[in-house]
Amino acid sequence: MNNRWTLYDPRLAWMLIAPVLLLLIFFLVLPIAVMAAYTFFTFVTAGVETSTLTTANWQEFFTDSYYSGFLLKTLRVGAITALLCGVLGYFPAYFIWATTFKHKWLLLLLLIVPFWISFTIRTFSWINILGEQGVINVALLKLGIISEPLPMLYNEGAVILGLLHFLLPYMILNVYVSLEGIDRTLISAARSMGCTSAQAFREVTLPLSLPGLAAGLLLCFVLAAGSYVTPQLLGSGRDALFGNLIYDTIMGELNWPMGATLSIVLFVVLGFFAAIYTRYMGMSQIVKGLGG
Amino acid sequence: MPETQDTIASPRPVSAGAADAAAGASSPAVEFRSIEIAYGKFVAVRDFSLSIRKGSFVTLLGPSGCGKTTILRSIAGLVDISGGQIMIGGQRVDDVPIYKRNIGLVFQSYALFPHKTVFDNVAFGLKYRNVPKPEIARKVSQALAMVRLPGSEKKLPSQLSGGQQQRIALARAIVFEPQVLLLDEPLSALDANMREEMRVEIKKIQKETGITAIFVTHDQEEALSMSDRIVVMNAGSAEQVGTPEEVYETPATAFVADFLGKANMLAGTVGKPGAAAAITLAAGQAVNVASAARLAPGSKVTVVVRPQKLSTGAAASGNKLSGRVVSTSYLGGSAIYEIDIGGGVTIRANMPISGRVFREGEAIEVGFDPSDSILLDEGGRRIS
Repeated sequence: MNNRWTLYDPRLAWMLIAPVLLLLIFFLVLPIAVMAAYTFFTFVTAGVETSTLTTANWQEFFTDSYYSGFLLKTLRVGAITALLCGVLGYFPAYFIWATTFKHKWLLLLLLIVPFWISFTIRTFSWINILGEQGVINVALLKLGIISEPLPMLYNEGAVILGLLHFLLPYMILNVYVSLEGIDRTLISAARSMGCTSAQAFREVTLPLSLPGLAAGLLLCFVLAAGSYVTPQLLGSGRDALFGNLIYDTIMGELNWPMGATLSIVLFVVLGFFAAIYTRYMGMSQIVKGLGG
Repeated sequence: MPETQDTIASPRPVSAGAADAAAGASSPAVEFRSIEIAYGKFVAVRDFSLSIRKGSFVTLLGPSGCGKTTILRSIAGLVDISGGQIMIGGQRVDDVPIYKRNIGLVFQSYALFPHKTVFDNVAFGLKYRNVPKPEIARKVSQALAMVRLPGSEKKLPSQLSGGQQQRIALARAIVFEPQVLLLDEPLSALDANMREEMRVEIKKIQKETGITAIFVTHDQEEALSMSDRIVVMNAGSAEQVGTPEEVYETPATAFVADFLGKANMLAGTVGKPGAAAAITLAAGQAVNVASAARLAPGSKVTVVVRPQKLSTGAAASGNKLSGRVVSTSYLGGSAIYEIDIGGGVTIRANMPISGRVFREGEAIEVGFDPSDSILLDEGGRRIS
């Protein structure tokens, strides 16, 4: 037997991934498993539950349309946000890719700059813009264009706006990366065969950048549907998303079993979308990889 | 001797020099009139003039950065010229956008659309020329048969090998019968075996279709074997234009002599004047050259001799150079010797093996006929 260690020793590989593996098991898999177990616990009263197993929580979730309504609304807001991100994000990404500006890195840096400020503060900043005493309302009132402040804050529009603000850089970066992967001689080839630049975009650039767009859509959808801070700060009670519902159930009602149930539901639903997308994306990535 | 499908009734279809721009009654397929291409302050191509006959195969040959690809791209309209004129089929194309120039392009990287099938790739140019669908299908299958990949319509480029992909790219570029076929180092990405095969294939297809082809390469073997005419480029301008034999046998400049076939360049000084001028080499030995030009005594010249023109033993005639073998590369049929001829000068001789192989350190005498050498002046230009 050869007991000498080599660089490609499988034992070494296991040792190298062990820390991450342990971290994932103890801080991700186990907590989720505990939470999954909690969904079968019995809720007695606020803050009190027993480990008597029951399916009451699940029955409540599946029979009470209050919950499914919340879920559908959350998915709808997530989908709208993702689509708006796609539409609004493609153009800047295309611009950064196509520009002949020498310092492209500067443009990419601009995309990352917002991340230097806390996400919560960025969200709060909208209150100063859209609120009754916000920049827009004050300016319009001073100009005499309106006599009453416009109700721009604490509605679904404000929530989606806040999410867009938060998610656009992700979309732009995703699309940009896939555009950057396109061999530019393909565009020259298309043009030399008779395409105008618009036709070359439709024939080559757009289809080859779709994987990035799809990845961006998935990311924006999952992050938007799982968001908690934005609807909490910019939405009213009616505009709360599923994340806020979970928060209220656990922190307000102190109903941990139901909170755990809702958490698992959101986890499974978003995981489901992510899985479908990854599968589809994986396929297209393979096609793309082979083409390169 | 290369052949052309020249439509011009001329006694010799191929002639050297850019001066034949106006030759023939019908307009040339492509004509450059002292074009200049500059990127900001950097001038990539300067005062380049060339006329390319219909149906001929012209190669732009030179090291990387010599401007050959830039010239090719300027024909396609991928690069704007900053001076001069480009004519395609007698029409000025400076202001014609790329998609309206009727040009077939083959790239080094194949540039097949990875998300489209072979059929859609080849049909692409036809689609944008509003060719009816049945006609497209017929032409595509014809083109695929021509590149010997019939029946591959439904495949994706990623399912084909590099050589096959380049065949498809070739089919795609010729299927809509462009006025000119531009080939930008199409063989460089292929492995050695495939390269040779594609070389023959491209040449064959060019002959069959009679298309005017402009080929860009840095590989002298490709240039010599495929071209009707070669334009040897250096630092943004043409050093020499001629048939493969002309540029190889009678290089116009030191650059051409060195770039094509790594000729021996022997510095020397002209001695006494005469029909066969005696030249004293820097290496200390004297040689004669067959040069009609009157050489000024004492002027500095360079004697250019190809390694293949040197011979040894009984075959050695004319000028004799004696030296010592520094290294021997045995190639089976022949051997390449590095020979120290004194004065710190080393020459290369590529000689068929007759009798024995000389070993390192052995004394050797090589000879070459005065008519097999070329004389360059101090500025590196050929003295004719």
